[in-house]
Amino acid sequence: MNILDFNKLSLRDINKTLQGSDKNSFFSIRNPKGSHALAVGINKQITVKVVGSVGYYFAGMNKLSDIKVEGSAGPGLGENMMSGNIHVTGDVSQYAGASGHGGSILVEGNASSRCGISMKGVDIIVKGNVGHMSAFMAQKGNLVIFGNAGHALGDSIYEANIYVAGEVASLGADCIEKKMTKKHLSNLENILSNANVSDYNPDTFRRFGSARSLYNFNVDNAKIY
Amino acid sequence: MKKKSITEPRTSHTFDAYTNSEIRRAAETGIYDIRGGGSKRNLPNFDDLLFLGASISRYPLEGYRESCNTKVILGDRFSSNPLNLEIPITIAGMSFGALSAQAKEALGRGASLVGTSTTTGDGGMTKEERGHSKQLVYQLLPSRYGMNPDDLRKADAIEIVVGQGAKPGGGGMLLGQKINDRVAEMRTLPKGIDQRSPCRHPDWTGPDDMEIKILELREITGWKVPIFVKVAGSRPYYDVALAAKSGADVVVVDGMQGGTAATQEVFIENVGMPTLACVRPAVRALQELGLHRKVQLIISGGIRNGADVAKALALGADAVSIGSAALIALGDNDPRYQKDYEKLGTKAGSFDDWHEGLDPAGITTQDKKLSKRLDPKLGGRRLANYLNVMTMEAQTIARACGKNDLRNLEPEDLCALTVESAAMAGVPLAGTNWIPGT
Repeated sequence: MNILDFNKLSLRDINKTLQGSDKNSFFSIRNPKGSHALAVGINKQITVKVVGSVGYYFAGMNKLSDIKVEGSAGPGLGENMMSGNIHVTGDVSQYAGASGHGGSILVEGNASSRCGISMKGVDIIVKGNVGHMSAFMAQKGNLVIFGNAGHALGDSIYEANIYVAGEVASLGADCIEKKMTKKHLSNLENILSNANVSDYNPDTFRRFGSARSLYNFNVDNAKIY
Repeated sequence: MKKKSITEPRTSHTFDAYTNSEIRRAAETGIYDIRGGGSKRNLPNFDDLLFLGASISRYPLEGYRESCNTKVILGDRFSSNPLNLEIPITIAGMSFGALSAQAKEALGRGASLVGTSTTTGDGGMTKEERGHSKQLVYQLLPSRYGMNPDDLRKADAIEIVVGQGAKPGGGGMLLGQKINDRVAEMRTLPKGIDQRSPCRHPDWTGPDDMEIKILELREITGWKVPIFVKVAGSRPYYDVALAAKSGADVVVVDGMQGGTAATQEVFIENVGMPTLACVRPAVRALQELGLHRKVQLIISGGIRNGADVAKALALGADAVSIGSAALIALGDNDPRYQKDYEKLGTKAGSFDDWHEGLDPAGITTQDKKLSKRLDPKLGGRRLANYLNVMTMEAQTIARACGKNDLRNLEPEDLCALTVESAAMAGVPLAGTNWIPGT
């Protein structure tokens, strides 16, 4: 295990080390002090554990890496990630998983507003609640919410799936509740199984997705836009 | 019997023929007009400025003997590998999706032939474009369609798009007709549906956030490539200052004559400021921060010829960017397609339904048959010729003003033809010392 200590190294030093490391390397980052843009742009299968909380855009645009934060994360966690895993034991701020193309994010606490905005294939699991406008314009992937969802969930959603075990304050434009089919239940179980989440009752989840009524402009829908 | 006097039928300036036709169209269809291109209004523009030329007080350089530098370096504030351009004219961001793959390839070929850069657009980077562009700027747009860190690392510069002159505060639009299999796959959306690009980035809200976003991009790319920030010409003084403060290497200001693939006509014609009015506030913002020439300024929106280039640089820009003019050089709205334009209910010079994907010139289309009309090699050659002509025109003017570098042109080389343009450009009304507003 390689220890990277912010008390001794700069952000550039740490990111350069992570980005240039060999496959299957293991790093432990100490004293992150809420630093922004940490562990970004990694495109190798490495394991990183961060002891403490991190700032904006943690693990942004990563591929293949397996990253755990023992703490909380600031806005834009895992933005535009392509593959790999991110696990946060605490809470996360706005825009978690924004436009993520693939991989998986597991948040043990709560996620703030716009969780999964513009998501394009990433799977996001939030054990707590999510804020308003989550999954806004979500294109592809899955957002699994164990707690409650804020207002305008799934506004203008495309082909992503949303699974919610708690209450939904309100749905956004063109987002509707859909039947939980066997196929979708299996999808939910696979997502959670891949993230090593087993403490749940699948029967408590409801599924939401696009009504697809806004896919092509129709003047009769003008008041909805 | 008294003869009845006859008066000419009187038409209204308020309800002119176009306005009346638009009212009828709205009444029939129930939807606003959507089109491509930039503002078609008669706006104050660079034609309202004139160069004074040298005389006794200043002496000129010999037109065919003495050199006049056109090279410019973009992005040497923080990046280790800035762009080294042979000419101060770049190709603006235009998406694959809005444009055919052939058009994107032609833009890359033409730009590379003369040693300048071209720019991706919404929808990501195509291999044709990367392969044929020696210096390629990769746009980070609100939609993040096709955004890929591997492509980001292949780019020679990154341009964060905050706004576009044709639609400040508005998002993009690509209607379902142009969403074929390849475009749909690149954008992770179903084929045939309308694609609405958001007006805001998904993961920040203001300049403090943008500063951290720039940090993230630099950390991903190892602080090697320049970071551009593109803003629409609406509040250039504040936006340029904030972009520079956020850590941009280069700021692009796009005036309202700048084109778009498609948006509402009412937006194009009624939101934003003329390019002419954007330059001096943008330059002033950089000067007050002590960053003029350190953070390079690119001006775009309706640049057409070498005189426009020279005037933008004289007002303080480091380079210009062209989009619509580059498409015209490739063959957009060419009279040789007049019969095809007439079939679409328009004429050469007026065709702007780029969003419908039926472009006879094969540029703003994804139709296989139509797009084959554009030969990328020939198109690239035409663009290179045009860029060379613009550069020589700008050099001609600069030499006449006694300048051995295009960027040595200055506001004192200019006068204005109208009170409005004098105020906007901050140069004296011709024949006077009067600069309105100072």
